[in-house]
Amino acid sequence: MTEEVKKSPNTNYPQLIANGLWHNNPGLVQLLGLCPLLAVTGNVVNGIGLGLATLFTLVISNASISFSRHWVRKEIRIPFYVLVIASNVTVIDLLMSAWLPHLHMVLGIFIPLIVTNCAIIGRAEAFASRNSMLPAIVDGLMMGLGFLFVLVVLGAMRELLGNGTLFANAAVMFGEGAKFLTVQVIDDYKGFLLAVLPPGAFLGLGFLIAFKNIVDRWLEKKNKSSVSAIPVAVENS
Amino acid sequence: MKKHVLAMRKSGFLLAFFAFIGVLFVSVSHLLTKDKIAENQRMLLQHNWNEVLDISRYSNDLNNDNRIISAEELDLPYDSTVYLARSKSGKPVAAIFRVTTLEGYGGRITLLVSVNYKDKHITGVRVINHTETPGLGDKIEIEKSKWILGFNDKFLNDETEAAWAVKRDGGEFDQFTGATITPRAVVGLVKHVLDYANNNMSRLFSTQPKPQAQDKEK
Repeated sequence: MTEEVKKSPNTNYPQLIANGLWHNNPGLVQLLGLCPLLAVTGNVVNGIGLGLATLFTLVISNASISFSRHWVRKEIRIPFYVLVIASNVTVIDLLMSAWLPHLHMVLGIFIPLIVTNCAIIGRAEAFASRNSMLPAIVDGLMMGLGFLFVLVVLGAMRELLGNGTLFANAAVMFGEGAKFLTVQVIDDYKGFLLAVLPPGAFLGLGFLIAFKNIVDRWLEKKNKSSVSAIPVAVENS
Repeated sequence: MKKHVLAMRKSGFLLAFFAFIGVLFVSVSHLLTKDKIAENQRMLLQHNWNEVLDISRYSNDLNNDNRIISAEELDLPYDSTVYLARSKSGKPVAAIFRVTTLEGYGGRITLLVSVNYKDKHITGVRVINHTETPGLGDKIEIEKSKWILGFNDKFLNDETEAAWAVKRDGGEFDQFTGATITPRAVVGLVKHVLDYANNNMSRLFSTQPKPQAQDKEK
């Protein structure tokens, strides 16, 4: 119990939030978890479904890994992470299959595959194992929200371009009452197949990353005149 | 040396302990969800049956009245299941085949084909599972297009046999723009099932159900 990683004295929550959502976004900067990100974002609803499942996994795994960080020796930490994440995901998979069967069918193999999403084990190793529970939970929440955000934006782009709709199949996730959410944005749209097919996912993500870089450069330019740019914590995960 | 052994033992026990906790969580949620999941699956099956055969026409539980037809017998790549619908008095009404083909463009296509007992016409066909190209081949889904309804009430006999193909092959079924292989596979599979049903229908209903098929219900 002696070889303890030293705690960061006081946690900078605004920084945590900014990192998760923007500066170190798992989808746009770390580029982790690309397989599910690219595969399920054919429409918004799928994006929300997988995003939420990943978010829950991140929060729970971060919390439990942070909670038990004093007892787990560093030699066995990796199998321990795998154990925690795998049992979390299995539980979420079972719950979704029981209460959201249609969405579970659509997302299919990508729910169990959250286990292999490097964003999660990355956060466990880089953050949760060295910080106390509350920051770890905030970090998981923000990273999850950042990932969810990318999934939703990419899903919206592809659905809008591909089918001219938004929130199609909303009933699959939120029940029959949510049918009104489905919007036919462009009437009598012929469809743009490329956006729905896998290449559309790569192109869409490329455009999103490019857009983020443009915004970053613009911000940097703006800040240069007054203060130096915000330090970006890049963690190797 | 002894220190290492001690550390190893400690780590081993720790891992085992955490594994135990993980298993505990998974088993508890399995117990909590397993009835609900089984019910969902039953409802999904029932929903699919209702799509191809009017539920008011039969009164037996198809979960207990089904057969496996071997791949060799039906000449298909996989074993198929046939659900036998009977009226209240036990008279045969229709047979619902769950069949899979590999002739599609993107892998397996699984269909539910319901054939009427008396005159061997199709009461309905639905796609259960497929991995065809979105936007092209996926028009075989009822959610995307009404194409699959074109099979309703169709027969297969010497006169109509030539019509059982997509238009490009000289038949009467539409192909889709940009996708001929998918509808060709579906038409071919339905025709194949109908051909089998024409020759084997009464035998399917007369054979006694295998005991293990009945015991399937937990």
